[in-house]
Amino acid sequence: MHLEHHRDTPTALSADAHRPDGIRRALRIGLGGPVGSGKTATVAALCRALRDELSLAVVTNDIYTREDAEFLLREAVLPPERITAVETGACPHTAIRDDISANLEAVEDLEDAVGPLDLVLVESGGDNLTATFSKGLVDAQIFVIDVAGGDDIPRKGGPGVTTADLLVVNKTDLAPYVGSDLARMAADAKAQRAELPVVFQSLRGGTGVADVAVWVRAQLSAWTA
Amino acid sequence: MSVPAGAGAGAGAGVRSVARIVARADGRGGTSLPVLESDGPLALRRTRSAGTGARVMLVGAMSGPLGGDHFTVEGRVEEEARLSVGSAAATIALPGQAKGEARYDVRLDVADGGELHWLPEQLISAQGSDLRVSTRVELATTARLVLREEQVLGRVGEEPGRLTSRLTVRVAGQAVLDQELACGPGAPGGWDGPAVLAGHRAVGQLLVVRPEFAATPVAAGLLGEGASVVPLAGPAALVTAVAPDALRLRRLLDEALASLPRT
Amino acid sequence: MSRAALLVLADGRFPAGGHAHSGGAEAAVRAGRISGAASLEDFCRGRLHTAGLVAAGLSAAAALGIDPVALDRAADARTPSPALRVAARKLGRQLLRAARATWPSAELDALGREFPKGAHQPVVLGLAARAAGLGPVDAAYCAAYESVSGPASATVRLLSLDPFDATGALARLAPEADRVVDRAVEAARRAADEGLDALPAGSAPLLEIGAEVHAAWPVRLFAS
Repeated sequence: MHLEHHRDTPTALSADAHRPDGIRRALRIGLGGPVGSGKTATVAALCRALRDELSLAVVTNDIYTREDAEFLLREAVLPPERITAVETGACPHTAIRDDISANLEAVEDLEDAVGPLDLVLVESGGDNLTATFSKGLVDAQIFVIDVAGGDDIPRKGGPGVTTADLLVVNKTDLAPYVGSDLARMAADAKAQRAELPVVFQSLRGGTGVADVAVWVRAQLSAWTA
Repeated sequence: MSVPAGAGAGAGAGVRSVARIVARADGRGGTSLPVLESDGPLALRRTRSAGTGARVMLVGAMSGPLGGDHFTVEGRVEEEARLSVGSAAATIALPGQAKGEARYDVRLDVADGGELHWLPEQLISAQGSDLRVSTRVELATTARLVLREEQVLGRVGEEPGRLTSRLTVRVAGQAVLDQELACGPGAPGGWDGPAVLAGHRAVGQLLVVRPEFAATPVAAGLLGEGASVVPLAGPAALVTAVAPDALRLRRLLDEALASLPRT
Repeated sequence: MSRAALLVLADGRFPAGGHAHSGGAEAAVRAGRISGAASLEDFCRGRLHTAGLVAAGLSAAAALGIDPVALDRAADARTPSPALRVAARKLGRQLLRAARATWPSAELDALGREFPKGAHQPVVLGLAARAAGLGPVDAAYCAAYESVSGPASATVRLLSLDPFDATGALARLAPEADRVVDRAVEAARRAADEGLDALPAGSAPLLEIGAEVHAAWPVRLFAS
């Protein structure tokens, strides 16, 4: 009834599954995690993996630059009109959790400009372990940590590690060099997350972003079902 | 004819003067001045013009207005006429014998195809003065305007008086610029602080209205940290500048005007 | 009508995008014009009596029911800097979203249809106050307070200023904010009878110039 109520109003408010014109909107997936864990690289890899089968776009939330958006533009993972940056006033977690209005506008503007879209990836600025996305902004969220940040991060938990719909442990290729114990990280993550999935990945070899892409496709099937 | 403002209302009233200019296309590509009325301290002189337009100098206003005075200058540019108005020297607002603020009203009206250059010298707000300036410009859709306003806060080494200056510009009845600067003792707080003037003693604006700016607005730009050139929400470009003194302010405004696309 | 609705609308955590804007403080900090608590207070005082007064007048006028389209044009004329017009519309759009979700109202929906990319924030604020059952005085208070609270909290982040100093500055400005609200509401009531020229038009040259300087930076913390 909530959705029906807003269907004929000028713009959607937040999590409404339909756009004002009645079309089902794109699935929105958030990617959060600490600085340097590989969020932007994962977004870039996902774009390359999915761009031929899906209509997608990216919103970046940079802390004080447009660097993440510019990296994606430089890498040409998507046409420039499908990438937009939100300025967050030194508080990236505020823009994805407490006050999501700028991100909602960015998502809607992308759908208006290049839509219809199947998927919008919303990348948060690098932040701390407590930063999670509001359910008013995204339908599912990925939390990206890396082995070099310390193999005790899964044990420490925090909202990102514990509640994200998918936990990605990135840069597994570095584990031998930084002395991180992958088995211990997996066991700790399992203890924190119970049945919620965890993916270990290295974007520099092996299957790359493939496991995450599989998870994204499954989310999308559920969304459009 | 100038009369004491509120004549008969008692001693201490200032002078009320109204000067008028009407510029009319003469049908031969030139501009005539069917009305050119000086009044008391507001003296108007037609001067030789370089181009086809008429040129007028305001020569008398430098000694006023004093407290209690109320000066008005009315200028009307009719269809296809071209008028340029300057002043012979800076205008100095001084404290007067009469109590209360002085007022200086400028009312300008430019018809379609008309062009007005309103480029007076600086207004200097002397210590102890209290002046309210109001400039209202009404432009028809295809009228053109170059208007400069410069305020200097105090003569050299002197505290400024109180000055309130409002500039309202309409194109086809629609306000494209409405701003009021208030400064000096008694003005609302913070006028000399980091948000408003930050110790600068000269502040000015240069407004250029051209119909073609509706389709191709100027790009926003900067001249150092003290001046910006911006497109307004309408067929107009505005230069806003602050400077330590009148000379450097004029340099900024001249430079900004030169940076605008030629017509 | 509930007076407590004013607290909801004026709350710095009201999710309407304000946190990403510094109200000109970031440009003033970089230029060295704000370097501590005293200069922050003076900055806020100047902003309160210029941009704050204008915003309060527009908000009060919108809360009185004056045509928001005309008010939006009046806001444009009082905002020469295109960077500030963009910021004001962005914030207006974000506030409209939050207000519509919080106080559903036909007037707010109509405003959204009229301005899909956002009306000037103070105009939206006035209509949001109306939708919340508040009046012109409340709307003007929100606008006047926001005009100083935004730069204050931004400066705490930019200069690592002692937050108690910043809050103290806001408290010292309170009596002046009262006077700004009185002026704004009186002007808005006159505007209802005499037309929008009666609304305040206070300008701050360095806020206008600073906004353009700020917009030209490749790297910045705040959107404006």
